[in-house]
Amino acid sequence: MFGHGSVDMGRSIPLNSAVPKEKSLLAGSRQRSFAPDGWTIVAAAIGILVAIPVGSVLLTALGPSDGIWSHLVSTVLGTYVGNTLWLMAGVAIGTIVIGTSTAWLVTMYRFPGRRILSWALLLPLAVPSYILAFVVTDQLEYAGNVQSALRAVFGWTSARDYWFPEIRSLGGATIVLSLVLYPYVYLLARAAFLEQSFGLFETSRTLGRGPVASFFSVAVPLARPAIAVGVALALMETLNEFGTIDFFAVPTLTAGIFDVWLNMDSTAGAAQLASVLVAFTLVLVVIERISRRSRRYHDTTTRVQALPEYPLPPALGAAALVWCAAPVALGFVLPAWVLGNYAMVFYAVTLEANYLAYVWNSLMLAIWAAAIVAIAGILLAYGVRLSPQRTMRGLAEFATIGYAVPGAVLAVGIMVPLGYFDNAVDSMSRKLFGLPLGLLVSGTATGLVIGYVVRFLALGYRTVDSGLSRVTPSIEGAARTLGSSPARALLRVHVPIIRPSVITAALLVFVDTMKELPLTLILRPFNFDTLATFVYQYASDELLEECALGALTIVAAGVIPVMVMSRTIARSRPGHRDAVAASASRRAVA
Amino acid sequence: MRKTIITLVTAAMSLAAVASNADGEVNLYSYRQPFLIEPMLEEFTRQTGTRVNVVFAKKGMIEKIKAAGDNNPADAVLTVDIGRLDGLRKAQLLEPVDSAILNDAIPANLRHPDGLWFGLTTRARLALTSKERVKPGELETLADLADPKFKGRICSRSGKNAYNVALIASVIAHEGEEAAEKWLAGVRDNLARKPQGNDRAQAKGIYEGVCDVAIANHYYMGKMATNEKKPEQKEWAKAVNVQFLDQDGRGNHVNISGAAVIKGAKNRDNAVALLEFLAGDMAQNMYATVNFEFPVKEGIKTHELVESWGSFKADTLSLEEIASHRTTATKLVDKTGFDAGPTG
Repeated sequence: MFGHGSVDMGRSIPLNSAVPKEKSLLAGSRQRSFAPDGWTIVAAAIGILVAIPVGSVLLTALGPSDGIWSHLVSTVLGTYVGNTLWLMAGVAIGTIVIGTSTAWLVTMYRFPGRRILSWALLLPLAVPSYILAFVVTDQLEYAGNVQSALRAVFGWTSARDYWFPEIRSLGGATIVLSLVLYPYVYLLARAAFLEQSFGLFETSRTLGRGPVASFFSVAVPLARPAIAVGVALALMETLNEFGTIDFFAVPTLTAGIFDVWLNMDSTAGAAQLASVLVAFTLVLVVIERISRRSRRYHDTTTRVQALPEYPLPPALGAAALVWCAAPVALGFVLPAWVLGNYAMVFYAVTLEANYLAYVWNSLMLAIWAAAIVAIAGILLAYGVRLSPQRTMRGLAEFATIGYAVPGAVLAVGIMVPLGYFDNAVDSMSRKLFGLPLGLLVSGTATGLVIGYVVRFLALGYRTVDSGLSRVTPSIEGAARTLGSSPARALLRVHVPIIRPSVITAALLVFVDTMKELPLTLILRPFNFDTLATFVYQYASDELLEECALGALTIVAAGVIPVMVMSRTIARSRPGHRDAVAASASRRAVA
Repeated sequence: MRKTIITLVTAAMSLAAVASNADGEVNLYSYRQPFLIEPMLEEFTRQTGTRVNVVFAKKGMIEKIKAAGDNNPADAVLTVDIGRLDGLRKAQLLEPVDSAILNDAIPANLRHPDGLWFGLTTRARLALTSKERVKPGELETLADLADPKFKGRICSRSGKNAYNVALIASVIAHEGEEAAEKWLAGVRDNLARKPQGNDRAQAKGIYEGVCDVAIANHYYMGKMATNEKKPEQKEWAKAVNVQFLDQDGRGNHVNISGAAVIKGAKNRDNAVALLEFLAGDMAQNMYATVNFEFPVKEGIKTHELVESWGSFKADTLSLEEIASHRTTATKLVDKTGFDAGPTG
């Protein structure tokens, strides 16, 4: 337990001296046979296949830039980069503050509403960011409820009578993105807090540190790798975000990509800007890796007791309730409420359309994507773990960068190799069997599922990888020494331990696929709509009311996965179930 | 057999994907929202028995057609402005169509000289002015928008929006790049706020007193003024006058919604038939009554609300010429920092 990224282990200084020996034992057994084993091949195959789309975008960037760079550098590039960096900084702070603090409160303290909040805090994950952007703007702009109320109170009659902060701004975009993305940090931080042996924190308290100081000096450093993964995911989403920043009129690099691509007709120039974005992501990944690698705090005991769940005094309890309820209220309840109200008036527009077919299509795509990403994530992460080659980890990191690339750009990167594949298969089939196959993959929904796997493998790989890092090589070594094959060890030892991570990965992908838009729009076959594409044809013209029922369905579809995810994490704490059972039996006795 | 394999693959995925390019079909990539064109397409199917399969998207269609190579299933595209048609032309993905019906129905400046694309409706990009705060005669030309008397009084959508790019391109076509840049910088200085929102949001800005003047496509006025479900939009429409520009000069800038046939279309004849249907009396009438657009065909009445604004003189410069300045127009938006909003 409480090991760290096992593959990196040789480079950090582990306190547990037994670890390196086992590692070399494992590595040695592999190095004897020089040929790469099956696991490396499987992981490499997944990594290479998923890396192809990003590679194809980078390849496009080699084309002529049509002189856009001198233009961009002398005009708006500074704005694009500046906005991107500020937005990333803001979202990083926002998600860390909200995600970590709420995770700590609901994990360690008892206060009113805690049970509900512990899963409700994940709900904003199900809300598409452009919908929250629309709703927040709707409330805060001139005609919205907030300013209308202010005017009524103070007797102002027009926008010229008073000052109100501009909601369509960098600040507005930061707030909205933080509200929908903090659940990534919350999710991983909570899992980390739950698995920490409580002993260290208690020791710190016993030694005279206050709860706040102990939180910062013990709990946060221990959870830092998990928080880093959460923030990295949130920032990758921020980098690929277009709908929200477009709505808030904050041009980032992504806005620049679309401008060069669609208004200046320069595909190569757009791909070059996209390469800058990829470079940003690589830096992000490296920072995340470094912050995980330098983790030197290990819990050396394997003793795990039930979490204490300190009761909070009423005033503090009320403050904790407000603090934890606010992000749920703003990030979920508000948009769901507003959509609900619109849906009461405009439900007919959605129902007259092929609503049930859209729901079915969305659900099927999300289920397929979730299942495939979870399996691919396990195979990739396990293969990377087994491989002595450091290049394998590099490949996996590169393959999952697609997550940070704007969906529409990634879609193009997917279409090109897929079209090539389809045409090759088609012409071969014509030659050999006289049988034209057409666009077997890219012309059907299969292409769409492939697209989701490419886009969301980062979620599967990173979540599973962080789960695997909890399996110390000593367990693995024991299994292997006792004669288990790697496959048997994976099934019998790893999968049971990382099950919560796998379930979390699958559910995250499910929720994200339900609301995925740009890739879906471009890769779908004819006459094929999902809830998200249906919503988009109205939302793209700021007609959210008309499609409110569709949007509400997307949001509602996220509720059950979120509850399951939360239960899975809560149960993942070693000893937790025993503790729950014990307290239940105590109650029964009483 | 081929269909069987596709069906099997599809069924295996439990997904309702539809095999394309069977007989009696036409496959359409649409940049227009489906709910706006469905009535016309349904009528086309009713009359001809030809099924219309649609994908709606605003990006990536050019690349999708290219990637599919010889197996590209798309036969035709529908767009909401000249920009996308021009992008497709530049990518050499359009097939020339020589149709007497289309050539007769559509004025020459609204279609490509070689029949690569065709305008189906026009939309005037005009000024909306505050009934209360803009005097008659105060604003009559595009040039007036850069006049210092409008300082802090103009609302605008992003300069990068396709409609504004085409408008700026038209200024470049008429007056040259240098004059256009000076004009655009002048308009930027007159902005009341950072460009944001869609065309409706600009009318709303006038209603709210944020600004006095806005640029918008004419049909948005129709949609707002008749919006029974959202009566607040009627208020926005009531707060503004419709002002056609440059009536004593080159005429008001117009853009087109248009269509084109894709090179190597498998259902080329059906695609041409669809275009001809959309340029025909019935569809032209529907465009006018449902979406308040100006039909390209002579003799088709526009919506009575649009009619009530009186006839206007439209800029007759060819859209092909305007489209050729799109890249320059986009760069001017960057150069003047238009989207950053008013300076100082």
